[in-house]
Amino acid sequence: MARPGAEHRHDLETIDLYINVGPQHPATHGVFRMILTVNGELVEDCEPVLGYMHRGNEKLPENCDYRQAIGYHDRTDYLAQFNTEWTYCLAVEKLMGLEVPERAEYIRVILGELNRVASHLMWAGAFGTDVGFFGTPFMYAFREREVIQDFFEAVTGERMMYNYFRPGGVAWDVPDDFQEHARYVIDHVRRGIDDLDALMTDNEVFLARCRGLSPVTPEQAINWGLSGPMLRACGVKHDLRRAEPYSIYDRFDFEIPVGTEGDVYDRYLVRMEEMRQSLRIVEQALKQMPKNGPIMASGLKRVLRPPPGEVYARTESPRGEYGVYIVSRGGDKPWRHKVRGASFCNLSPLREMVVGNYVADAIIILGSIDIVLCEVDR
Amino acid sequence: MLGILKTIAATFGIAARKPVTVQYPTERKQLPHRSRGFPTLLWDFEHDEPFCTGCQVCARYCPTDCMTVTMKDNPKYAEGKSPRKKIVDTFYIDYARCMRCDICVEVCNFDAIVMDNTWRSVEMSRFDRQDLVMDLDALLRPSKTGLLKNPFRDPMGVAHSGWVPKTEGAEGGSEEE
Repeated sequence: MARPGAEHRHDLETIDLYINVGPQHPATHGVFRMILTVNGELVEDCEPVLGYMHRGNEKLPENCDYRQAIGYHDRTDYLAQFNTEWTYCLAVEKLMGLEVPERAEYIRVILGELNRVASHLMWAGAFGTDVGFFGTPFMYAFREREVIQDFFEAVTGERMMYNYFRPGGVAWDVPDDFQEHARYVIDHVRRGIDDLDALMTDNEVFLARCRGLSPVTPEQAINWGLSGPMLRACGVKHDLRRAEPYSIYDRFDFEIPVGTEGDVYDRYLVRMEEMRQSLRIVEQALKQMPKNGPIMASGLKRVLRPPPGEVYARTESPRGEYGVYIVSRGGDKPWRHKVRGASFCNLSPLREMVVGNYVADAIIILGSIDIVLCEVDR
Repeated sequence: MLGILKTIAATFGIAARKPVTVQYPTERKQLPHRSRGFPTLLWDFEHDEPFCTGCQVCARYCPTDCMTVTMKDNPKYAEGKSPRKKIVDTFYIDYARCMRCDICVEVCNFDAIVMDNTWRSVEMSRFDRQDLVMDLDALLRPSKTGLLKNPFRDPMGVAHSGWVPKTEGAEGGSEEE
């Protein structure tokens, strides 16, 4: 996996040096710590240290009733809040056998896909900073992300922690200008993605740093349990929206971008294309969305009491497969509540990906995983 | 080289666009109607008392347990000036603990609590955490003084929890599950 020209030179006598990256380090995107053993510029070993952000987000919903727990799911993955809420609501709906009204499904798809775009934009900006474009891609990405967040604020009232999806539908109806506002967002974001594209995709500096870095074969990816863009960059065409269409994803026409090499550059390309495909889905959903109708399943009590049983629901969050496992014993609180975090599983092969590369590249590889430490540590 | 030129062209092209930033402390973006700040209580101008009856349903459903509510007999009810038998006595919300989830607004039987949608509730920085514990006066102030002109009362909030709201003035403290 080592780069050409980066082989160990035995004629120089060197000693191993430990470098502590994090927990408070801007390149680790949160409180994550890597203990790197370096030989000159080469990483010989990497020991990830997790858990700084542990807040008991899996245990807390066991002390809340089923509606209260939605707020904690926002805080699990703070860049893909709608997707995490959605997964949790799907799990509870599966457990209770609820039928979600059509309009609510469309609202969910539109918000969830725009959330994916916002998350990928955030990633593209931060990744640009990792690679060495200080500031510019970050600002371009954030300008468009702000447009999306304004839209979410107009719909839900919050900028980050929406708490908008409910088991059985969504909490309240969308505003009257939902369609126009959404189309405005799509136009702006599409232009913003083109800007980022022009800024980074063909840039020689970017290519020199990313192309061929830490390639992952499809076999490795499957063995390591990667999911999401990390998996698709390796050429495995697996997307839960297609493989196991939850909600109403079987009604939309979209493509699943896949990479060929599985390197960092492919992960970038896959995410950029995924944003465009997400916008396509939003456009179709806006066209098909019923003008009015119920947004909440009828006949729900204020306190939800699902029948005893266990359920696992999973969705394609921007980072990969986000799953929620709930065991109910018939009460108003889940007896067991477990989250499968996508970026936690994508982070686990970090050592294998980083060892053999330069220290500066280790930061890029870490950035390309798209970790959200709140979701990793939960 | 071509790619770098493309990058430079892109930055120059975008530099010509209008800025999207707002000079925050001097000018402020308009908040959307349903903007969710912190929960505040509404003042009933007709009967000159809060809408809240102190039924504690919000405190019970709060995921973070940030509310403390007590109830008392309404003296105005005895005088025949108010339809509310019970009225809120003390009401504390710890804004430092509140996670602005909107659940208290949804479960309220009397539409007495709303999320403040003014800039006032967004700019809540204090030097002392103790200053973020709001008492009844502080919670009623925005509504009473007219600062909170147009709160977003969710029209669906009660209906879709499968519960039919009782008429206002019914005995406080009762709730169905």
